[in-house]
Amino acid sequence: MFAFIVRRIIQAVIVMLVISLVGFLIQHQIGDPVRDLVGERVTPAEREVIRDRLGLNDPFYIQYFRFVKKACQGDLGLSFFYKKPALEVIVSKAPATLELVICTSLILIVVSIPAGIYCAIYPKRWLSRFAMAFSTVGVAIPVFLTAIALIYLFGVELNWLPSYGRGETVKIGGWWDTGFLTWDGLAHLILPSFSLSSIMLPLFIRLIRAEMMEVLETEYIKFAWAKGLYRRRVWFVHAFKNTLLPVITVFGVQLGIMFAFTILTETVFQWQGMGFMFLEAVERSDTSLLVAYLVVVGVIFVVVNTLVDIIYGIVNPMVRIAGTR
Amino acid sequence: MKTWERFRKSYLLYSFKRDPIAVVSSVVLALLVGVSLLAPVVAPYNTYDTSTFDIMDAETPPSWMEGGNTDFILGTDIQGRCLLSTMIFGLRVSLLIGCGAVLLQAFIGILFGLFSGYLGGKLDSFLMRITDIQFSIPYLIVAIFTSAIFKLAFGVGRYEDLAIPLLIIIIGVAHWPIYARTVRASVLGEKNKEYVEAARVIGLSRWPIMYRHILPNTMTSVLVISTIQVAEAVMSEAALSFLGLGMPITKPSLGSLIRSGFEYIFSGSWWITFFPGVLLVVFILVILLLGDWLRDVLNPKLYKG
Repeated sequence: MFAFIVRRIIQAVIVMLVISLVGFLIQHQIGDPVRDLVGERVTPAEREVIRDRLGLNDPFYIQYFRFVKKACQGDLGLSFFYKKPALEVIVSKAPATLELVICTSLILIVVSIPAGIYCAIYPKRWLSRFAMAFSTVGVAIPVFLTAIALIYLFGVELNWLPSYGRGETVKIGGWWDTGFLTWDGLAHLILPSFSLSSIMLPLFIRLIRAEMMEVLETEYIKFAWAKGLYRRRVWFVHAFKNTLLPVITVFGVQLGIMFAFTILTETVFQWQGMGFMFLEAVERSDTSLLVAYLVVVGVIFVVVNTLVDIIYGIVNPMVRIAGTR
Repeated sequence: MKTWERFRKSYLLYSFKRDPIAVVSSVVLALLVGVSLLAPVVAPYNTYDTSTFDIMDAETPPSWMEGGNTDFILGTDIQGRCLLSTMIFGLRVSLLIGCGAVLLQAFIGILFGLFSGYLGGKLDSFLMRITDIQFSIPYLIVAIFTSAIFKLAFGVGRYEDLAIPLLIIIIGVAHWPIYARTVRASVLGEKNKEYVEAARVIGLSRWPIMYRHILPNTMTSVLVISTIQVAEAVMSEAALSFLGLGMPITKPSLGSLIRSGFEYIFSGSWWITFFPGVLLVVFILVILLLGDWLRDVLNPKLYKG
């Protein structure tokens, strides 16, 4: 077990080094810090002096080493547009994205588990056929189309729900902007989180249904029936417990993918989160902010993936053995 | 003639005819692909030729609505282009990028999978580690990042000129690991079979065995994932274009058309978003349904019992 964890952590560190190398290359090749600093009206000789002072004439690996060292200390450069440290900008935008992800996960859990179980228990009923058909079509609808359709229906035609922005937010602990505490903020959360969950729902309903149906065929469930247990107890206690393990694993992996889709959702809803900030940074050619976002997202992915793998390794010894070569 | 006879009696055709969903979706797919390939002939207007459209026609509603014009069946977009023609040309762009990207994915993935599976050893661990690492990062994130970086590196103007090949490369490079894994798995299954041993015994070297003998036997699984991959590539292209990182509005794909329509949805011009959206969903859905059918039929586990 210990060797497994060490191996996973070494792999995580390698991935982080590769990501930071990519980030460094972007900053090195695309941005010109001297121009950002002094503008156009400075003589080449003075530029050279500044370049020297900033260490831009050092060999490549020394500069890369410096970049990594600074990144480890939490210094990812200055955002050209915001005139603030890039990490600070990202941290100020993170709560919006995290709240969106939390809300979406809640919707996912609340909707997909009952729906999946229902479809597995009564596969022949028309409601479960409808759910399966819905999930087939749902896979084919891109998230931004769902989002636009929801905006058009509830925001423009019916005018029930606000369709862009975060609404009224409250600051907690000085930096966490939350929309959870006001009715306005909650109303603004509904449409974005429903459209974000729409891409994951079909997958989860299918997954839970498939796992549950498989479990219901196993011997111990037959034994439970033979013992004469109540139907509810067999379904929700005995069978459901063993359905959960693969579902949790997939959920961990999908959490990362959800982050990718927040970029799309945030664009549609003008949601002031990390994804929206990233696209603004691209439009403004704000290279250091872009690189900082790359590194931060890389850290999130690597940490989540490593944790999921390690937890799965603890729960399921097969993985540990398969990983050894 | 003999091939035709074999095809006519095959299990593939038999199960195809028995499955109404597969028949309908393949007809729709053939129709869409045919229309988009013949775009210059079929479309009422050539939307790449700026002299054929007039900004004064912009935002004309579909012909059956009030203010509609029979010249433009589905109305016009924000630049006064016939929406139907723009959609047909857009579908062609989406299709081109989707297929191009999948070919690239398949090329990289098959190369990785074949070498890794057949040669084994250190090379296998190394290649599979790379695959694992890329697999752990969602492909959409990879695609969004690379396109953002390319856009910064090339500048907006040049990026838009080179958009089609660049998008093929971006989506191709972002999503190959699934091919590498699938091919490797089937190579491992084939490697120890008797026909491979026979080939080795008659003294063939590695390359002919890999390309002529093992590769054709991995093609079933490659074909099955390819259909789903085309759908996902088209979706990624639409997502990138929707974010403004893909096709420019002068040569719109379906995604960039939806993006341009979304800016006008609050003023009531819903059709610029609606029709391309429906076309995109139908296109993807049809490919996915065909892919499902193909997987059920070709998966040997399922039909051999």
